[in-house]
Amino acid sequence: MLAFISRRVLATIPVMGVVAIVIFLLLRLTPGDPAAIIAGDSATEAQIMQIRARLGLDQPIYIQFFSWIWRLLQGDLGISIISNIPVSTMIAQRLEPTLALATTTIIFAVFVAVPLGVIAAWRQGTLTDRGIMIFCVMGFSVPVFVMGYLWIYGISINLRWLPVQGYRPIANGFGPFFERLILPTLTLSVIYIALIARITRASMLEILDEDYIRTARAKGLTETRVLLVHALRNAAVPIVTIIGIGVALLISGVVVTESVFNLPGLGRLTVDAVLARDYPVIQGVILIFAFLYVLVNLAIDLSYTILDPRIRY
Amino acid sequence: MTFKRILMGACAAAALSAPMLVASAPASAESVLRVVMHSSLRVLDPIMTTAYMSRNHGYMIYDTLLAMDEKQVVKPQMAESWKVSDDGLTYTFTLRDGLMWHDGTPVTAEDCIASIKRWGQRDGMGQKLMQFTKEMTALDAKSFTLVLKEPYGLVLESLGKPSSNTPFMVPKKLAETPPSEPMPEQIGSGPFKWVKEGFQPGLKAVYAKNTDYKPRSEAPSWASGGKVVKVDKVEWVTMPDHMTAANALINGEIDFVENPPTDLLPIYEADSNLEMRITNKLGSQVMMRPNHLHPPFNNPKVLEALSYAVSQKDVMVGMVGDNPKYYQTCTSYFICGTTYGTQAGSEGKMVGDIATAKKMLAASGYDGTKVVIMHPTDVATLSSHPPIVAQAMRQAGFNVELQAMDWQTLVGRRAKQDPVDAGGWNMFITTWVGADLINPVANLGINGSGKKGGWFGWYENAEMEKLRDSFARETDPAKQKAIVEQISKLGWSTIPNLPLGQFFAVSVFPKSLKGVLDGPAPYFWNIEKTKG
Repeated sequence: MLAFISRRVLATIPVMGVVAIVIFLLLRLTPGDPAAIIAGDSATEAQIMQIRARLGLDQPIYIQFFSWIWRLLQGDLGISIISNIPVSTMIAQRLEPTLALATTTIIFAVFVAVPLGVIAAWRQGTLTDRGIMIFCVMGFSVPVFVMGYLWIYGISINLRWLPVQGYRPIANGFGPFFERLILPTLTLSVIYIALIARITRASMLEILDEDYIRTARAKGLTETRVLLVHALRNAAVPIVTIIGIGVALLISGVVVTESVFNLPGLGRLTVDAVLARDYPVIQGVILIFAFLYVLVNLAIDLSYTILDPRIRY
Repeated sequence: MTFKRILMGACAAAALSAPMLVASAPASAESVLRVVMHSSLRVLDPIMTTAYMSRNHGYMIYDTLLAMDEKQVVKPQMAESWKVSDDGLTYTFTLRDGLMWHDGTPVTAEDCIASIKRWGQRDGMGQKLMQFTKEMTALDAKSFTLVLKEPYGLVLESLGKPSSNTPFMVPKKLAETPPSEPMPEQIGSGPFKWVKEGFQPGLKAVYAKNTDYKPRSEAPSWASGGKVVKVDKVEWVTMPDHMTAANALINGEIDFVENPPTDLLPIYEADSNLEMRITNKLGSQVMMRPNHLHPPFNNPKVLEALSYAVSQKDVMVGMVGDNPKYYQTCTSYFICGTTYGTQAGSEGKMVGDIATAKKMLAASGYDGTKVVIMHPTDVATLSSHPPIVAQAMRQAGFNVELQAMDWQTLVGRRAKQDPVDAGGWNMFITTWVGADLINPVANLGINGSGKKGGWFGWYENAEMEKLRDSFARETDPAKQKAIVEQISKLGWSTIPNLPLGQFFAVSVFPKSLKGVLDGPAPYFWNIEKTKG
């Protein structure tokens, strides 16, 4: 196991290297000039050239690349060329809201979706099953921003129970922190509930046809025990996989939800940086995303060994 | 049973936590004005960039030597007074008592000289002023002279320039930073202090009241007069979604939305607690900029045909809806309603006269060359015009290709002087705050220097430059106006750009917010949060 983990951790190095090269080249091929953005609308070409020279953007691409890689190897993600603030500081400012939203969303989604999927499989073909599947289809189909506006209109504007927007760090108290996460969590989790519930249902249906389930029922076990202990555990591998993918997607940014609820997450940072052609920020954020993806995948792989003892690395 | 227990447990937890959440309103006595600006603040140096957000930031923490009032008259601001010598060549400025930088050091004449020099390297009006300036000398800690080589009519207008780049005063140690580099610190002498720890680019900028600031005694008017701060803090909050800003304002979570899009105005209008006001009475101009380097717009006759084809009214209605409160047609290069707001030479143009445009285009020798219009689709205020203009041009006989892109791609591409086939362009459309265009020296759109320092599109016209120069040298207001008439006529026959109309952005805030000032930029002094 330790050898497997070590191999996987070491494998992140070439992955990060490839990501670094691809993202660097991709950004340089994208039209747009950060110097022109900094200079403003009425700047002349000479003024833009001066800024370009200061930023080193007039240097050959390979020099820019090696200079970035050299700093990266020393743990320095660089400085935003637009706001002149270290990229690591900017990412740190955005990490907490992203992790908070990802955590609440995935926890809520799992707590709702897994029982829904189990019930739908257990009651296959009944009205309950169809009702849950209709909910899942709607969950996939209704755009996130529509869902967000509906929650805001109902809960914040009409009932005035919760704030419309914003984020408060957990350091400011759990109440203000949590109340601003409720609506984004409800909004965002719908799609994940739909996804996880469908996978759970499909996976459970497969297991419920197995001989050992029939045997468990024949032994006289309660239906709850059959479903949760015998069926769900064996159906867990694909469910955990989809949850892991969900976590990775949530961490890498949910721009629409962040925009609708004005959450200062990594998704908005990425979009803002792309629109402003803030190369060091985009590069830094993508590298962090790649690293987190690798970690999440590793965690998923390791969880398989706990859920299914037959799996060994 | 297990499911039931879990479900009941979850419901109980939710029920217990709900009152705690609802009751968790902040209990702070601090008066904080929360504002949603039109964009986020990114560049903190208002001299290095002409971005309006950086200018607005400048007005918060810096002050100006002179400032323009709502009648467009230049008034002293940091200056107590000024004197002009009989020959009109020497201006002596004396600073007010009690001016302090935010780090506690006094403002000196040397600081002001260094600030003017830095601004003079960057700003168009500043560069012109510096061309005419022989020297600037500090007489003592509080006064300095600006000596001209020859008479120049725009000394005060330049130093009182209300919009980008505004000549903000900074400490000498910061003013010595090259204008292509950002100043390393945010130290001003203005009514607010920069809260460095509160700055989150793309999210939030925080300003605290400068308790040491000594406001002037006069009533505030635009950026002149007494800058009395009546709140403890101002927070600029970035909200990428306009609907969220509307909901947050209605819900009382924020206090001011600078420029909501016009399609959301009915939502604000429906709330009787809100006030909607056009604070920038000069408005903004939409400007269509052709590239004069390449066919077909290197042919003045084609440009003239274009000026007949396009209808300002169509463009304005497409942008803000058919509500005359929010727009006016105006063919002045220098903004209607200002001192130089002449429309001379534009008779019959910009009204969508397709028949005349067709005839003129046929007579111009236009050979069907493709016209590439860059269409920024990500900026609401800029995305509506290109399709309307393109349609009018097609009706007149132009072969038009609209190329969709984001604004930053456009900004990068418009700097290219290459032909269209090699990545160049033929036309783009942008907007300018009216205050940036109000005289021939400030107005970059009519700069006729071509490739030698002209603005993108590289309009080149020696006669225009001669007239702009004469305007700058002229000190008699009546003669200045006569020169502007000539400039306008020359402009409408050579088409450096085409004004597509003047629009007026609305700011929205609760009626309980008192003292919101008018001006070409948003100002946050004088504003008070009241209970009713």
